[in-house]
Amino acid sequence: MTAPALALRGVVKSFGDVRAVDGLDLEVAPGTCLGLLGPNGAGKSTTMRMLTGQCIPDSGEIEVLGHPVPRRSKQARARMGVVPQRDLLDEQLTVRQNLDVWASLLRVPRHLRDDAIRRGLDIARLVDRADARVETLSGGMRRRLLIARSLVHEPDLVLLDEPTVGLDPQIRGDVWTIVDGLRSRGVTTLMSTHYIEEAERLCDDVAVVSHGRVIARGAPAVLVVAHAGTEALDCYGSPERLAEVEAVASTYGLPTRRTGPSVSVLRAEALPTSGLEAIGDHVRRPANLEDVFVLLTGERLED
Amino acid sequence: MAGLDEVSAVDDARLGAWEPMAFRGIWNREATNFTRFWKSSTFGSIVEPTINLLAFGFGFGALVSTVQGIPYIQFVGTGAVATAVLFSSVFAGMYDTYIKRNFMKTYDGVLSTPVDVPELLLAEAAWIGLKAGMFGMGPLLVAIVFGLPPSWGMLAIPLIGFLTGFGFALMGQWFSGLVPSIDSFSYVQSALVTPLFLLAGIFFPLSGFPQWVQTLALANPLYHSVELIRDAVFGWQPAADVVHVLVLLAFAGIMALLSIRVLRRKLID
Repeated sequence: MTAPALALRGVVKSFGDVRAVDGLDLEVAPGTCLGLLGPNGAGKSTTMRMLTGQCIPDSGEIEVLGHPVPRRSKQARARMGVVPQRDLLDEQLTVRQNLDVWASLLRVPRHLRDDAIRRGLDIARLVDRADARVETLSGGMRRRLLIARSLVHEPDLVLLDEPTVGLDPQIRGDVWTIVDGLRSRGVTTLMSTHYIEEAERLCDDVAVVSHGRVIARGAPAVLVVAHAGTEALDCYGSPERLAEVEAVASTYGLPTRRTGPSVSVLRAEALPTSGLEAIGDHVRRPANLEDVFVLLTGERLED
Repeated sequence: MAGLDEVSAVDDARLGAWEPMAFRGIWNREATNFTRFWKSSTFGSIVEPTINLLAFGFGFGALVSTVQGIPYIQFVGTGAVATAVLFSSVFAGMYDTYIKRNFMKTYDGVLSTPVDVPELLLAEAAWIGLKAGMFGMGPLLVAIVFGLPPSWGMLAIPLIGFLTGFGFALMGQWFSGLVPSIDSFSYVQSALVTPLFLLAGIFFPLSGFPQWVQTLALANPLYHSVELIRDAVFGWQPAADVVHVLVLLAFAGIMALLSIRVLRRKLID
């Protein structure tokens, strides 16, 4: 059995009266991609910052790449690539200069610096824009560079904090391609997100986080089947109509969830024809992680 | 992953608390940025003290021919070196540090790499000190044009400027961690930087002040820097100069402790 690439055990962190992280347990196996799925304020960013020693837990144990953190976080950071949520690129510098600065911060030896920069340019797909200043790049190019900059030293572990928040769908796709590339190269990846599709497509495993703790853990498809079944029925209509649907579902022992003007009946594959008739008009769709999340927490992930 | 143990073994030997590689990483970032901004920052840091030098040199120079046996323009020219060093270091320490921490969030990124807070702050302060030492040469060259005889001691000016600028950059960093907002720097400037600057014997000797002011000035690191600069140019006074160096070293040491203490709290939750 291999040691986990990172492990948090009983980690607690408060800011004033607010418990941002409240007894969090998490292990990530080497070479896998784990998604931390939760709404804003669930403690995902705080967890990320604790892994780099930029936030010190009140209690609990953290181990990253075999190093106890924060005590030896510098050793861990040397083998990690951290992609921040915010665009922190040096605007006035060129693409190449940004990669060079980061390669030296990440301890790439001088004689390997050029290779590292070339690798970064490839990952960011900016080979022909190497000498363009960052401020002249499009949003998608900047985002790719921001990620590539943290990969120049070929890290063993990559942390991505909400890598696609606020991005156009097309740019999001670009980011997914890079993350997928990491996974296929066997790099351990921890990615926080509140986008269902992102977690379902990229992550081997998902940890659902709510109020600073992990409340469910597993492969996305397994989690969905275990908690929400395989199919869901979405029904729209007046509040009275929605209440009626909920009543029918409960007589068949099926969970439901409200989403604004609609209600979803989960585990709908178990509903007999009589039940379907009682429910009336509906749209059938596969169950997803969002269903799981709402069922488990009563909260919504905003998408 | 089989490589993990191997990596740990290597890292154990290599990664300590104060590493040249961490400093080099920060300096590379600063130097690369400097290639973009050197014109504007050099212009501001050299031109203002030079204008001061010329204005006071000729304005007062018409009324006062010599101070302490030195032609006034040479007296004020050597003083202006300290002005250039002070302004280019304390303000860089205050504003740059504040902006990088609060607005650009540069430090959030840097501290996710193998660089610790003390390394980050000392490396940035050393870089500012290095620039300050260079900027200090501006007024000196102007003074040479106006008749200051070149001397070997002048070669020590960048070093003195570095030591002075290093301490004041650290002081600026410290303040950047104390102020509630960037506007508050105007208080620091009026209440602290201006008095330091006027009580350092730059434009006029302190001998005209009451004794208690002169005693107070001994606690002003800039005063010791000015004295050291003048001694480098006009002739060393070993006993006094050792004291000046020790005061500047102690100042930098205390400021380093305060800056690290205050900013660590701000940067690490």
